[in-house]
Amino acid sequence: MTADTLTHHDHHHNADATDIFGFWIYIMSDCILFAIIFATFAVLHTDLYGGPALKELTDMPYVLVETMVLLSSSFTYGMSILALYKNEIKKVITWLIITFLLGATFVGMEINEFVHLCLEGHSWQSSAALSAFFTLVGTHGFHVFMGLFWMLTLVIQLLVFGINPMMRRRLTYLGLFWAFLDIVWIFVFTIVYLMEAI
Amino acid sequence: MSGPHETSIEHGSGQKTLSSYIIGFILCIILTLISFGLVEKRMLSDTYLYLGLAGLAVIQLFVQCICFLRLNCSPEGRWNLLPFLFSILIISILVGGSLWIMYNLNYNMSN
Amino acid sequence: MLEKFIFGNLTLQAIPYHNPIIMGAAAMMAVVGAIILGSLFYFKKWKWLWSEWITSVDHKKIGIMYLILALVMFLRGFTDAIMMRLQQALAAGDSLGYLPPEHYDQIFTAHGVIMIFFMAMPFMFGLINIVLPLQIGARDVAFPYLNSLSLWLSVVGAVLVNISLVVGDFAATGWLAYPPLSEIAYSPTVGVDYYIWALQISGVGTLLSGINFVVTILKMRCPGMTMMKMPVFAWTVFCSMILVILAFPVLTVTLGMLFLDRYFGMHFFTADFGGNSMMYINMIWIWGHPEVYILILPAFGMFSEVVATFSKKYLFGYTTMVWATASITVLSFIVWLHHFFTMGAGADVNGFFGIATMIIAIPTGVKVFNWLFTMYRGRITFTTPMLWTVGFITTFVIGGMTGVMLAVPAIDFQVHNSVFLIAHFHNVIIGGVVFGYLAGFTYWFPKAFGFKLNEKLGKYAFWCWLIGFYTAFMPLYALGLMGMTRRLSHYSNLEWHPYLIVAAIGAAIIGCGVMFQVLQLIVSIKNREHYRDKTGDAWEGGRTLEWSIPSPAPFYNFAILPHVDSRDAFWVAKQKKLANPHAITHPQYQDIHMPKNTGIGFIIAMFSGMFGFAMIWHIGWLTVAGLIGILATTIIRTFDTHTDYYVKTAEIERLEKVIA
Repeated sequence: MTADTLTHHDHHHNADATDIFGFWIYIMSDCILFAIIFATFAVLHTDLYGGPALKELTDMPYVLVETMVLLSSSFTYGMSILALYKNEIKKVITWLIITFLLGATFVGMEINEFVHLCLEGHSWQSSAALSAFFTLVGTHGFHVFMGLFWMLTLVIQLLVFGINPMMRRRLTYLGLFWAFLDIVWIFVFTIVYLMEAI
Repeated sequence: MSGPHETSIEHGSGQKTLSSYIIGFILCIILTLISFGLVEKRMLSDTYLYLGLAGLAVIQLFVQCICFLRLNCSPEGRWNLLPFLFSILIISILVGGSLWIMYNLNYNMSN
Repeated sequence: MLEKFIFGNLTLQAIPYHNPIIMGAAAMMAVVGAIILGSLFYFKKWKWLWSEWITSVDHKKIGIMYLILALVMFLRGFTDAIMMRLQQALAAGDSLGYLPPEHYDQIFTAHGVIMIFFMAMPFMFGLINIVLPLQIGARDVAFPYLNSLSLWLSVVGAVLVNISLVVGDFAATGWLAYPPLSEIAYSPTVGVDYYIWALQISGVGTLLSGINFVVTILKMRCPGMTMMKMPVFAWTVFCSMILVILAFPVLTVTLGMLFLDRYFGMHFFTADFGGNSMMYINMIWIWGHPEVYILILPAFGMFSEVVATFSKKYLFGYTTMVWATASITVLSFIVWLHHFFTMGAGADVNGFFGIATMIIAIPTGVKVFNWLFTMYRGRITFTTPMLWTVGFITTFVIGGMTGVMLAVPAIDFQVHNSVFLIAHFHNVIIGGVVFGYLAGFTYWFPKAFGFKLNEKLGKYAFWCWLIGFYTAFMPLYALGLMGMTRRLSHYSNLEWHPYLIVAAIGAAIIGCGVMFQVLQLIVSIKNREHYRDKTGDAWEGGRTLEWSIPSPAPFYNFAILPHVDSRDAFWVAKQKKLANPHAITHPQYQDIHMPKNTGIGFIIAMFSGMFGFAMIWHIGWLTVAGLIGILATTIIRTFDTHTDYYVKTAEIERLEKVIA
């Protein structure tokens, strides 16, 4: 055993890498969470208790718009990261706000869809299939909602602290989270909407 | 590569570039439109439709991971890639296993 | 109206005034609580408690607090066990015993929930917290603030379970709360809700700890310590934490869906509207099987450390140990159906999972042989930790063998949900997990507190536990084969009676063991100067890095980060007569980066507890207040940019001199 030294810069570089890696591992656990909800949907999606098939309750063009909105928000978040590399704080905030608006549109559209379904008498209490539908889509939507909240907080923090290593790290976390949400959505629209429509 | 005025915060995943985002964005739009189009136009029989949709989803997953998340096989990238692949393995086991089990249970227990 | 708004469903009727047993327990809790609070006031220790313990982000202190939680909850879980044994020893034939069935049902449920979630898990996290960073030459875990949050979330979960005793009731569904029984239609009281929220809240803490330790092990090993030079305990913790990360989200979702059914009228698992309660059982065991491996793997690691130390030999077959641990980790994800062979998935499915279950016994067997080969031709000293280890090897192997029996679906169909099953899992949990953690506790106690535990009392405790365990559980194997099912509050078959009396005596003998352990703590603390560890190498045979620093370790752990070249680096250094860093005449210190204490983890946990209690009793405004509290506190913390500090070299020098 001998003693070893670590420079100050190495220490901070390593600390950032460690923190981001930790966040990635959390994302992995969130993947498992969604996977199990998907499995439940797959098992229960035909248990309609006499209600209409899910394909009659969903609107393809509407979902296509939602998908494009969320996909665009992933792109615009990427633009804010590119601006972050160049230390252009105004551009970072602008792109974040655009991303926020797109994300809010997505959540708004989902809430609208849910409200309509309930008003038509198809709520999460109607059957196991609808419970699974609302829970799967709703859990994803809730994650997006929390991401929006987080995004707003980071915009405020950018205004307060400016761009520094801490903010870079936080924007990286949110970037991973936001990309992960779009990835989960790929499977939501494929399995819950498209495959149901077959 | 980071330029002299750029500060990279990438650890474990690759540097993000404008071209990777644009390529990814366009590819995802195309893949999404194909998926929706296949269902709208009913171009395939049911089984192939399921397979096609599943395949397109997986391809889009790849595209997003490579273009947006910049997962890669470099020594630093492996830190993120390995947990990801392991998670996918476990997810396949848990979801596949559950479907197999529940299918058998439902068959046996409801006749 | 106003009352309903302020208190939700909570009324004074929720307190079970007419139940003497509960009121007696409540009185005891109140007395002990009053003594503790009174002492804090009398000795004016509130500031000390807050600044030294509640706000601590030091993994060693967090570990000690986990251990205290485990000890306190063990007393409650063990009391439940004694009550059950007593009831079953009395309630034969016409006698109904002293516990009505509704009460008995809550006791066996609480026993399971407490022992697994609020005794074993905290015990495990306590030992891991104290030891792991020291073993890998690190100064702290990767995320100290999250570590504190995890601890306090676990405490809040335990507090909710304890509150359920006196306000409302607890689940009466068994420790896994199967639907439809656990659905609102058949469990309309708050019991299942207490269960759900206690587990959801502490579950978040557990998941965060899993992430914390995986990252710590992967990223914070000292220079030179490659993965294959880590102590085996670190490997088992690594694999266990991977299981935590992968399995706990499943528990969160499953209990979450049960919550949605109960609160929002959803139909995941209800008996009607298309619900499928078999899916709950499938999912809960997807979590449940890895959970038991989460508990046992660190115990295996502890045994590996103890066996090597007290045989004065390198652990036999380090590489195969690592591979066996990794195999168990992966295999633990393909056996879960063996918990419900009888639910009806059919021969193909049962066959696959039965075979997989048998296969997982193989790497475990490899480990047992490696321990035995380590002992062979070693210079063995039978200290208390070594006794626990030898006791484990015999007991766990027997339990494992009955497990392989149960892995055969045809046999399982005969004994599923009989007390044969109860005997099996207590065999492996007590023989494996409890003996292991007690070995680890005794082994690492001096490192945490600076003095050893009294050996003689430790040995008496061990023998009582060993004899008591066999006396309590061997009759249950026989009873299971005779047809006695589990969870019976009374029974008519008088043939079973003598066996159950023997079992009750066994429980009493274990109780003596527990009393010896309590006595051991009291005696050791009283005479701690006599048992003081003056060198840091408390057992004089320490092989791994934690023994190279003083006991208890300074808050920064290592004044100088070690550089290792081999396994059992400290042992190697001792053999080569290399001075440890303390004896270096002119050590080159550097500023040490440390995290500041913070009360945020505690505060978030308190708001979580408020939220949980409010959800249970449907108190709307309190629910919102709790949520806002959690969110606001989390955000406020992120605005704090002064969360760390540096210990200057001059200060390190001074502290090191004081220690030396």
